[in-house]
Amino acid sequence: MASDDEIEKTQEERKKMEKQLESLTELTFDTDLYGDSDKASYFPSIPATEEEETHDAEVIPRRNFQSYTGHDVAVPINNSNDAGDNEVVTSRRIIDREDDYRRRRLNQILSPDRHDAFAAGEKTPDPSVRSYADIMRDEALKREREETIRLISKKKKEEEEAGKAAPVAEKEKSQQNQQQKRRNRWDQNQNLEEGGVKKSKTSDWDAPDSNAMTPGRWDATPTPGRVVDATPGRRNRWDETPTPGRLVDSDATPGGVTPGGVTPGGATWDATPKLSGGITPTPKRQRSRWDETPATMGSVTPLPGATPAAAYTPGVTPVGGVELATPTPGALQGSFTPEQYNLLRWERDIEERNRPLTDEELDAMFPQEGYKVLDPPASYVPIRTPARKLLATPTPLGTPLYQIPEENRGQQFDVPKEAPGGLPFMKPEDYQYFGALLNEENEEELSPDEQKERKIMKLLLKVKNGTPPQRKTALRQLTDKAREFGAGPLFNRILPLLMQPTLEDQERHLLVKVIDRVLYKLDELVRPYVHKILVVIEPLLIDEDYYARVEGREIISNLSKAAGLATMIAAMRPDIDNIDEYVRNTTARAFSVVASALGIPALLPFLKAVCQSKKSWQARHTGIKIVQQIAILIGCAVLPHLRSLVEIIEHGLNDENQKVRTITALSLAALAEAAAPYGIESFDSVLKPLWKGIRQHRGKVLAAFLKAIGFIIPLMEALYASYYTKEVMLILIREFQSPDEEMKKIVLKVVKQCVSTEGVEAEYIRTDILPEFFRNFWVRRMALDRRNYKQLVETTVEIANKVGVADIVGRIVEDLKDESEPYRRMVMETIEKVVTNLGSSDIDARLEELLIDGILYAFQEQTSDDANVMLNGFGAVVNSLGQRVKPYLPQICGTIKWRLNNKSAKVRQQAADLISRIAVVMKQCHEEQLMGHLGVVLYEYLGEEYPEVLGSILGALKSIVNVIGMTKMTPPIKDLLPRLTPILKNRHEKVQENCIDLVGRIADRGAEFVPAREWMRICFELLEMLKAHKKGIRRATVNTFGYIAKAIGPQDVLATLLNNLKVQERQNRVCTTVAIAIVAETCSPFTVLPALMNEYRVPELNVQNGVLKSLSFLFEYIGEMGKDYIYAVTPLLEDALMDRDLVHRQTAASAVKHMALGVAGLGCEDALVHLLNYVWPNIFETSPHVINAVMEAIEGMRVALGSAVVLNYCLQGLFHPARKVREVYWKIYNSLYIGAQDALVAAYPSLEDEHNNVYSRSELMIWRSMKRVQSFPSHMLPVGRFHKFGRFKHHNCWSSEISVQNFPSNTCPLSNLVIIISLDSEFIGFPCIPLFSKFTFGLQCGLGDEFRCCSTHPYKGPAFKMEKKVELSGNFLAADIR
Amino acid sequence: MQASDRFNINSQLEHLQAKYVGTGHADINRFEWAVNIQRDSYASYIGHYPLLSYFSIAQNESIGRQRYTFMQKMLLPCGLPPEREEE
Repeated sequence: MASDDEIEKTQEERKKMEKQLESLTELTFDTDLYGDSDKASYFPSIPATEEEETHDAEVIPRRNFQSYTGHDVAVPINNSNDAGDNEVVTSRRIIDREDDYRRRRLNQILSPDRHDAFAAGEKTPDPSVRSYADIMRDEALKREREETIRLISKKKKEEEEAGKAAPVAEKEKSQQNQQQKRRNRWDQNQNLEEGGVKKSKTSDWDAPDSNAMTPGRWDATPTPGRVVDATPGRRNRWDETPTPGRLVDSDATPGGVTPGGVTPGGATWDATPKLSGGITPTPKRQRSRWDETPATMGSVTPLPGATPAAAYTPGVTPVGGVELATPTPGALQGSFTPEQYNLLRWERDIEERNRPLTDEELDAMFPQEGYKVLDPPASYVPIRTPARKLLATPTPLGTPLYQIPEENRGQQFDVPKEAPGGLPFMKPEDYQYFGALLNEENEEELSPDEQKERKIMKLLLKVKNGTPPQRKTALRQLTDKAREFGAGPLFNRILPLLMQPTLEDQERHLLVKVIDRVLYKLDELVRPYVHKILVVIEPLLIDEDYYARVEGREIISNLSKAAGLATMIAAMRPDIDNIDEYVRNTTARAFSVVASALGIPALLPFLKAVCQSKKSWQARHTGIKIVQQIAILIGCAVLPHLRSLVEIIEHGLNDENQKVRTITALSLAALAEAAAPYGIESFDSVLKPLWKGIRQHRGKVLAAFLKAIGFIIPLMEALYASYYTKEVMLILIREFQSPDEEMKKIVLKVVKQCVSTEGVEAEYIRTDILPEFFRNFWVRRMALDRRNYKQLVETTVEIANKVGVADIVGRIVEDLKDESEPYRRMVMETIEKVVTNLGSSDIDARLEELLIDGILYAFQEQTSDDANVMLNGFGAVVNSLGQRVKPYLPQICGTIKWRLNNKSAKVRQQAADLISRIAVVMKQCHEEQLMGHLGVVLYEYLGEEYPEVLGSILGALKSIVNVIGMTKMTPPIKDLLPRLTPILKNRHEKVQENCIDLVGRIADRGAEFVPAREWMRICFELLEMLKAHKKGIRRATVNTFGYIAKAIGPQDVLATLLNNLKVQERQNRVCTTVAIAIVAETCSPFTVLPALMNEYRVPELNVQNGVLKSLSFLFEYIGEMGKDYIYAVTPLLEDALMDRDLVHRQTAASAVKHMALGVAGLGCEDALVHLLNYVWPNIFETSPHVINAVMEAIEGMRVALGSAVVLNYCLQGLFHPARKVREVYWKIYNSLYIGAQDALVAAYPSLEDEHNNVYSRSELMIWRSMKRVQSFPSHMLPVGRFHKFGRFKHHNCWSSEISVQNFPSNTCPLSNLVIIISLDSEFIGFPCIPLFSKFTFGLQCGLGDEFRCCSTHPYKGPAFKMEKKVELSGNFLAADIR
Repeated sequence: MQASDRFNINSQLEHLQAKYVGTGHADINRFEWAVNIQRDSYASYIGHYPLLSYFSIAQNESIGRQRYTFMQKMLLPCGLPPEREEE
């Protein structure tokens, strides 16, 4: 694109200029004063939002494989051609998606246990554990050491500078290098080898104002233990290969470790890039510098023994350690890192595959004769390519001496040994941690402690690698036995696992879960381990993954509840002024979690002290940052403590340290954002310093101050807001010109916030802000960056809300014809939003003309894939102009017509889409003729072959039909519809959806224009559509069935649908049943029910179920109308509810539910009670769908019959001797209780008093004499049966006599007030419930009862047998009525 | 737990019990159920003004006192819980 080229060119030019400038200014300033920094170490831009940006996925493109880790065998292959770098498979390992900053977590050391002052009480702490004092002393030492190292390095650099100063001429030559030095490590190395000074890439936050003013490198060197790699930029994968012994042996001698890539000549691990061949320039990185690893992050190895000083002596070749020798098999155990193991395995594998063929193999492959076997020439030596041998010894110092390998029977060859005892598979990386499990030692011989360790290891391995059931049990065991195992052994095993560099997301999640559970159990026992846990959990707080962050917060919150505030503070205090920014950052976040867990007030005194720390600015910085994090974390809950929080940090605005000032302003911004719209009075004290500050500061600090102001102004009252806005606006307008992206974003945001406040008047904005605003921001460059684009549109829309449409649109309308497409799109989006918000009444005739002209131009010129912005913009403008568009319509339609004929499919599609957007307006403008014309044009294009375009054309037709109606439509419906029938066969979703919508519309409104035969044809096509994946299509289809049935009568449609019930596909049948129900709804049920019920006689499972399902849908749709049909379908449902097939009963139950809900209160209780008697025996079903349907049916009955009736059904089983029965009955009781608790009060049974307990509700007897209630005739009491159950008594429930005597609901004194049913309906059967057979009883319904259970029952009909229907005699009722 | 329970409200029986005190379970005894019934009844009497006035007319008490009495009765509506019989 032209503009892009232009921009690139300008950028290039600027770079050139800068280069020249650089060469001029180089060495002209005093290095003593300014340090040896050069321009390159300055920041090219100034983000003022601190590292919360690191979470913004948009900002930071994922940098997988930015730095390769040496142990992943797949990587070397990929690495060899850097071009294919992008298409690497994403790995599940955490480390692969982390950026360097986050990877710094691996540098942390799990500190030793700490002294627990609470547990120890008055005792002097054991000298072996570290106390708070020890740690603070260590930290101080570290800082001092850091300082010293810094000084040394500075001196060294100065010396080198001095040495280099002489050959100034050399400068020109190395210009190129300097230009790229921030990026390319190879150049760097050259630099280095020339003895040039290393220029650090970019500096860390700490850099600019660290005392010595040295660039970031030393400042950021975090722990003294770190071995510094001097290669910034993209690291080579070899850098990552941990030096042997890294993780294994922390006491390794410094000599054993080759520090970083700085050792030039030595063929160490780090230097291997020469071998890898694929040396390519590093791709440029787009990254926010906040997450940038300071240049020093190479092969960091937390080795306390190795001093960085050693790393800075390039001349000294480190003494090759034993570790570098060929890994003899004997050495594989133990000190072998997983990565190496992987490499070895890989190499073995390759060797195995590529081994030379033996003679026997060749004999087997070739025919026996026809050729001659030659001897190899005498000079032939088999090739042993060293390059293939990845693990070939990098022997820097000659051959190591031979050692007799130690014999080890536990040695692993290339097949990993099967883990014993059903343990899950172990990955090579795990050997380091779980290797001990593979030694088949006799468990009994181990000491108890060792056994415990082993047990923990086994459980952890199961949690980490096991199958879900294994994991579950292991997790439970770990939880249950947590206190037994003890905190020490547990955490000593778990935490190192979490530091494992090859950890995957899932594994981390599981291990974190273990910690969480264990924490809960251990409670105060965790105290000595708090810091250790924090070291592994804190990194979660800055993870990209939202859930990881939440998980981290939860753990820390639980930890602080378990350990208590004092312990937490003691553990984290030393980290607050840690030299490593990473540690401080995570600690601040962790502190905010502690605050939210234990309450802000508890933490306030501590925070206050930290924020006022005199000792180090880092402490103040972190303290203020904690406040910021608290605000971000707990949002509006800061309000009660707002004033104290502001007071704690306010002095930071005038701090001597620039960084502290910045973070203070950012914290204030966060507080104001959290408190909005309240709490302005708390900010009173900071207003003055803030407004003074914006006049004093520049750059990053200014940006932060502006941000704070931007968030505070909206809290103010109108008057003040207006005043303060005017104050700040001067500065803002000045900063409009800032070239810095970050500043631009902040300025835009602040303008938006200021403008949207109440007190700022339109006139002021118009005169003071708009001219500058448009001049500086409405430029093409702003459209290129996604975030700028969004922010600019938002701000402009906000301004438009104040100053009106005409002003804004008038200013940008010309730009619709700009030559840059992204810019046009930005203009269009803004116009769309403004016009949608505010309408177009302000737009005068001239502007209107320009606008239409502009949007037409922009619409026609678009080339990008995303057409939505233009379409929406066009639609919004046209719709809001309404009738005023009329004069332009012919032109618009001309364009559309021309574009419908375009060669490019996309253009045709856009044109068709545009028709559907403007159809309504065309109607408003009375352009029916034009629309008819468009209709004909579209009709002609129905032969379109691109489905996307065809879909749009159908959509356009639909919108035209919708607005001009069926009668006026051209082409006439009778021509249009037959043309659509074949399109229904199209399987493309967009086509299907639009086509079915159009057909449905025609069937709904204009069915009479088309002969019935055509509709039947369409019906058959529609059946196919029921297979569609998209629900919208299926729904439209079934609705269309309804319309068609209404148009041509239900008989034929119904016949088609009923036939379709026989098909195999479930989805098809389900949709058919829905369609039947819809047909019944649209054409009244009586036209459908006879045929439907007749279909039930077909002896086929699917058909019968389909009928039942249709009934269920039908009664759901017809609701109250159901009262006329309920008696008609009852016999069918009776049959279905007694069917052997589960699905029959399930579907019938759901039909009963819908029926009951529909006819509630309409006087159909008799039929419903009858149906309930059939539903009730199914309560013991166990299949989930069936039991759900049955329970829902009972719920429906509760609504229709009242809860008292259902309670009466329920009472008989609540205290049944069999638990299985009781459980089900209580389940029903509970849902009854939840559904209608109040109604039950009237229906509760009266219980008999017992010993000292009064169970009767005596108040209810007030108007009655306390007479004994009627009891049942004794022959109905199933006494004998009940007493068989031994458990009955001790459950302290009723004896059978009592229970039965008290059941009848008509004994309840309130019953005659509320329930009417019980007077004439007697309980005719009582529970002699045989445990596992069906039974029923309840209210007499007079329609028969099939579920009597035994011959001693008062029921005099024929004996009931399972699964067999009972034939009843004509006078069967006589048997029941005594 | 049955497979079917996973889908309905009974899947969180403990939660249910906490939310609706009056719900029961298979191991509830006569006393506990009776207490629930009594409390529900009193709550209902208090909640429905006509019922409350009905009772106060019958007892010849003021409505306020009647409400107070009912509330007091809700404390131990059935007396002290009986001693559990051992297995």
